[in-house]
Amino acid sequence: MNLAFARRGRSRPGCAVLFCLALALTAGPALGDAVVADLSSHLIAISSGFTGASVVLFGATDGPGDIIAVVRGPEREMTVWRKGKLAGLWVNAESMTYSNVPSFYAVAASRPLDEALSPGAAALYRIGTANLKLESKLPLTGERVQRFAKALIEEQQRAGLISAEIRKIAFLGERLFRVEIFFPANVPTGDYRVEVFLAKDRDVVGGQTTPLRVEKVGIDAQVSDFASREAAAYGAIAVLTAVVAGWLASLPFRGV
Amino acid sequence: MDIYLPIAEVSLDVFLLLGIGAGVGFLTGVFGVGGGFLLTPLLIFIGVPPAVAVASSANQLVGASLSGVLGHWRRGNVDFKMGAILLLGGLAGSGLGVWLFTWLKRLGQIELTISLCFVVLLGILGSLMAIESTRALLRQRRPGGIRRKLHQHNWLHGLPLKTRFRRSKLYISALLPIALGFAVGVLSAVLGIGGGFVLVPAMIYTLGMPTAVVPGTSLLQIIFVAANVTFLQAYTNRTVDAVLALVLLVGGVLGAQIGSRFGTRLRGEQLRFLLALLVLAIAAKLAFDLTVRPVNLYAVTTEGG
Repeated sequence: MNLAFARRGRSRPGCAVLFCLALALTAGPALGDAVVADLSSHLIAISSGFTGASVVLFGATDGPGDIIAVVRGPEREMTVWRKGKLAGLWVNAESMTYSNVPSFYAVAASRPLDEALSPGAAALYRIGTANLKLESKLPLTGERVQRFAKALIEEQQRAGLISAEIRKIAFLGERLFRVEIFFPANVPTGDYRVEVFLAKDRDVVGGQTTPLRVEKVGIDAQVSDFASREAAAYGAIAVLTAVVAGWLASLPFRGV
Repeated sequence: MDIYLPIAEVSLDVFLLLGIGAGVGFLTGVFGVGGGFLLTPLLIFIGVPPAVAVASSANQLVGASLSGVLGHWRRGNVDFKMGAILLLGGLAGSGLGVWLFTWLKRLGQIELTISLCFVVLLGILGSLMAIESTRALLRQRRPGGIRRKLHQHNWLHGLPLKTRFRRSKLYISALLPIALGFAVGVLSAVLGIGGGFVLVPAMIYTLGMPTAVVPGTSLLQIIFVAANVTFLQAYTNRTVDAVLALVLLVGGVLGAQIGSRFGTRLRGEQLRFLLALLVLAIAAKLAFDLTVRPVNLYAVTTEGG
């Protein structure tokens, strides 16, 4: 079960550390199935009337402890622009590009994060917006990178794509837990990972990763899929459709 | 009832979109302009990303102008030779325009460019229309007036490559319509407008074409330029939302039908004056948005969708 941990963190600094830790966790005798969790659904289908969706994460632990769940959307390259005043107009003046921004990020926990986890553990597993470790695409460091990263996170929070608050995971008795995770209407598509951590004494002692897929379904999905795969054919069809529609539209005017 | 637009990636009320399509179609029916100059800014106001608004407006224009041309063609009001030569310039211009669009998008300045171009163009157009319609309204009270020449001769008539345009009763340099087509092609690609509101006055005042053949000929060239823009935008920027374009077209057809019936009954000068006010209001709103300190100084763009 914990092998799933080895899949996290592709080619990122600290990945080796994570990998060793994952191995250590897997190898640890008593930690085998410290936590098991699953989702009420592994697919969020975006159809034409999509207004958001919620998925229930539930599971059990082998004993008392804290549960922290992290939902991560696929990482994207994002650019943050800062407007400045130029000749009386507000224009995009400065920009900073980050290569590893999670397109969606939400955290849920059974207790406030700083009570459930030590800062070191939270940083190691990249739990919480302070530990996203956004990397600038250009090899830059310093205050500007930090400032723009903060703005990027705030913007994503405003868009509902990075959760501003930590949802409360409820325990039913001592070992069963449950939490509802909400995905807004503008949720990005792709392969998500839902990571569930079991913490004892403010340190992670077990975990599990569950996949979640967000995809467009129905005619819309086919349209957008086709538009990106066969761009030329899509362009031609878009033109043809308009031509046919325009011709049909002119019929009632015949003889006018 | 919301409809999810697959390329724009937003859900919008389908009746709002139909209404906008109908409103713009109504104006097309009344005034014979494409209405793209109103469509793109309106789509941006309701939350369609500017890049998608521009490209999908171009797609909608293909259908809207085709249905317009067919009407004018039946009445024999299309100069195909002039249209073809305008188109030569138009295709080259729209190619450059799409390239320009891609480049500005990468620089993060496409939204600023779109807004600024609209402020300038709508500002000029709105003012000219307001002045012209006010004069027309005043002239009604003072009947009479001076008869003008068909068109004035100036240095533009000394250019080489003189060509005869039978339908337009003109003998002018082919370079003029090529240059005009080129300029409108660039505008069409960058702003998602047909350019009718630039093309129509230019054809009348610069080329000296008879008013009757102007709308049909300008729409003829717009069909092909808009088709070219749609294709290139879909291919290079993937910003054409065919679903959005189709919904707008459906509304547009209804609006144009009603508009063309109304157009024959209503007083032209007063309507033109109202349209001028509408155009100026949009320009003012866009200009205001550019000069006011944004609530939000930061904006995020995602690479590759």
